[in-house]
Amino acid sequence: MIELVSEDRCIQCGLCVKVCPTNVFDTNEDGLPVIARQEDCQTCYMCEAYCPVDALFVAHHADEKVAVTEQDLIDRDLLGSWRAIIGFGSRGKVSMAANDTTPILRQARSGIARGE
Amino acid sequence: MVSEQPEERLVADVLVIGGGPAGAWAAWSAASHGARTVLADKGYLGTSGATAPGGTGFLYVEPDKEKREKAVADRLKSGGYLSEEPWIYRLMEQAYLNIQLVEQWGYRFPLDENGNLYKAHMQGPEYMELMRRVVKKAGVTILDQHPALELLTDEHGVGGARGVNRLSGKSWEVRAHSVILATGGCAFLSKGLGCNVQTGDGQLMAAELGVEMSGMEFSRQYATTAAFGTVTRNRVLGFASFYDEAGNVIHEGGPRQDHFFAVHLHKGPVYAMLTHGNTPEKQAIIRASTPLWFVPFDRAGIDPFTQKFPIKMRYEGTIRGTGGIRLVGDYCSTTVPGLFAAGDAASREKTAGARSGGGAYNASWAIASGTWSGKGAAEHALAHGKSADHRDLRPAGRYGLRHTAESAESIPVREVVKAVQNEMFPLGINYFRSEPIIAASLERLHKQWPLVRGGVGSSATARVQAREAAAMVVNARWMYSAALIRKETRGMHTMAEYPELDEAMSSRLLLSGIGDIRHRWEDVPRSYGSITPAVVVKERQSV
Ligand SMILES: Cc1cc2nc3c(=O)[nH]c(=O)nc-3n(C[C@H](O)[C@H](O)[C@H](O)COP(=O)(O)OP(=O)(O)OC[C@H]3O[C@@H](n4cnc5c(N)ncnc54)[C@H](O)[C@@H]3O)c2cc1C
Ligand code: SF4
Ligand code: SF4
Repeated sequence: MIELVSEDRCIQCGLCVKVCPTNVFDTNEDGLPVIARQEDCQTCYMCEAYCPVDALFVAHHADEKVAVTEQDLIDRDLLGSWRAIIGFGSRGKVSMAANDTTPILRQARSGIARGE
Repeated sequence: MVSEQPEERLVADVLVIGGGPAGAWAAWSAASHGARTVLADKGYLGTSGATAPGGTGFLYVEPDKEKREKAVADRLKSGGYLSEEPWIYRLMEQAYLNIQLVEQWGYRFPLDENGNLYKAHMQGPEYMELMRRVVKKAGVTILDQHPALELLTDEHGVGGARGVNRLSGKSWEVRAHSVILATGGCAFLSKGLGCNVQTGDGQLMAAELGVEMSGMEFSRQYATTAAFGTVTRNRVLGFASFYDEAGNVIHEGGPRQDHFFAVHLHKGPVYAMLTHGNTPEKQAIIRASTPLWFVPFDRAGIDPFTQKFPIKMRYEGTIRGTGGIRLVGDYCSTTVPGLFAAGDAASREKTAGARSGGGAYNASWAIASGTWSGKGAAEHALAHGKSADHRDLRPAGRYGLRHTAESAESIPVREVVKAVQNEMFPLGINYFRSEPIIAASLERLHKQWPLVRGGVGSSATARVQAREAAAMVVNARWMYSAALIRKETRGMHTMAEYPELDEAMSSRLLLSGIGDIRHRWEDVPRSYGSITPAVVVKERQSV
């Protein structure tokens, strides 16, 4: 579930509020997104993918809260890690689509049936 | 309570409800056929729905006679002989043409081992981000965070919809001669990847206008994920070995037996480890094919190649099933004038039959049915002289809405949802279907029905969630009603007492009604020969 909105990084663009499919965020009086309905989070990582400044963090657990601290996430290089893989914000330098290895996945799998 | 006058009002030719791939293609197609088009999504066109966060494989078959004949024959068989040959050919051609457009528009397909573009798979975030730009460029007005709550109608058919803007709390109304329901399937908030916006709202809206559902028994679909996570893209598990609680190997990789996950998870915990990703090269390939699958692992600090992790199955309802709104015309019309359905909201039996499994069929259907419904809806709307603003329309919703409440007591939304989930999620009920168990479960579901006729709070969240609860109760009751009527095993539907396919039931099962559910059988049309041509839209620019 979504666990962090970094007030430090957030530029109040409002995108996460707009893109969250299950309407988890509200905007507070200062214009900051707040996690208002965490129980409705579907752990889809889309808010993170769209945040232009890597201010959001979605933890791995779908049903339980996970305690996180911003510094630890920065140290572990996790803030913005999903967006970096998709390539959103890389101005075309990175593209998950272009790097898609689906066409050779089957090859990688050959041999399993033979017990290799 | 009288329904309130909406604060946001728009008039269009075509209203598309839902902004997953089916809705996006529908809106693009309607606008490309000259219709003023509005698309309203519960969430956001680009992130919402079953495709956006992950990705999907497509039916992408070159226009080669032999290849296509083989694909059709395969599907007729695996679809339990409920699909129609001309529709499968048409689907194949439409998906093929549209995927060329996607390439033209700039989706960066990867190369296969022979250096050719591989176009049978797309990564969801990039595909849907692109579709948003395509839809915008076609001139469609996009209303994000605008869930539809009910349709508008008069004696001439459908005439638009009403809903609520979740960000402002304001009510909205869009009047349009044609409405396309593209709200996806129904997965009962199971937290499968991207599945919590699909609560069967469109199916309920259609039924409130008297439209039938078809194939609701074909809804026995679960997907496997790490127990803690949501990423239900199974293909990575093709590289795994599986273990029981005591650490004994129960499967060493390679092809698994039918029902493998369900059988073992029904007995107790199951653990997996990607033992066949045993070289750095293989690991890199697996990761780059399905990057999101690894995100939760990296965050949890688990290396799935060397550490065991528990798995579980999340229910997907009709999303990777095939049942939904019954279509009657070639362009995805329903029995109500002006009302169309596309994607997972519609019954996909015409092309997929009784099973969507094996991938590719549903995602291609979203493309094709979207494109077809957009054309049908545009032509229907443009045949009218006056705009829909002149019609004497009334809201058609009857359940789970503020203005239809029959008692002062509020709908206990969380309790109702939990009660429905308790009937739909357990493998012992829904996967290993048997007559007495499904019948008892259906009885309990019927008891939830009166509850969704209670009062509804005024906040946007309360209004949306009450309506979702009503839709989920109805969809659940349809599924188990249909399951009990189809006394056989066919496609993805099984019934312990009837383990064989029964030739006499090679028909579609149609349900009507919401409070009282009735059924009838419909023959599968066997008119071979005439194939309705694919829709060709000339596109010049890239986006
Ligand atoms: C993990 C996963 C993997 C899959 N892989 C494959 C695959 O490999 N091949 C394949 O063929 N298929 C696959 N599928 C199925 C495929 O994703 C769906 O068939 C496809 O997304 C259907 O598109 P859709 O537009 O009909 O529905 P969705 O993509 O689910 O979109 C529905 C949209 O409707 C909106 N909506 C819902 N209710 C309302 C309302 N009341 N008002 C307004 N909007 C509303 C939602 O916000 C959402 O945007 C997969 C599904 C999942 C979950
Ligand atoms: S992970 Fe998905 S559901 Fe959760 S807050 Fe982010 S966008 Fe919303
Ligand atoms: S998307 Fe990121 S920057 Fe924009 S409001 Fe949300 S957290 Fe702040």
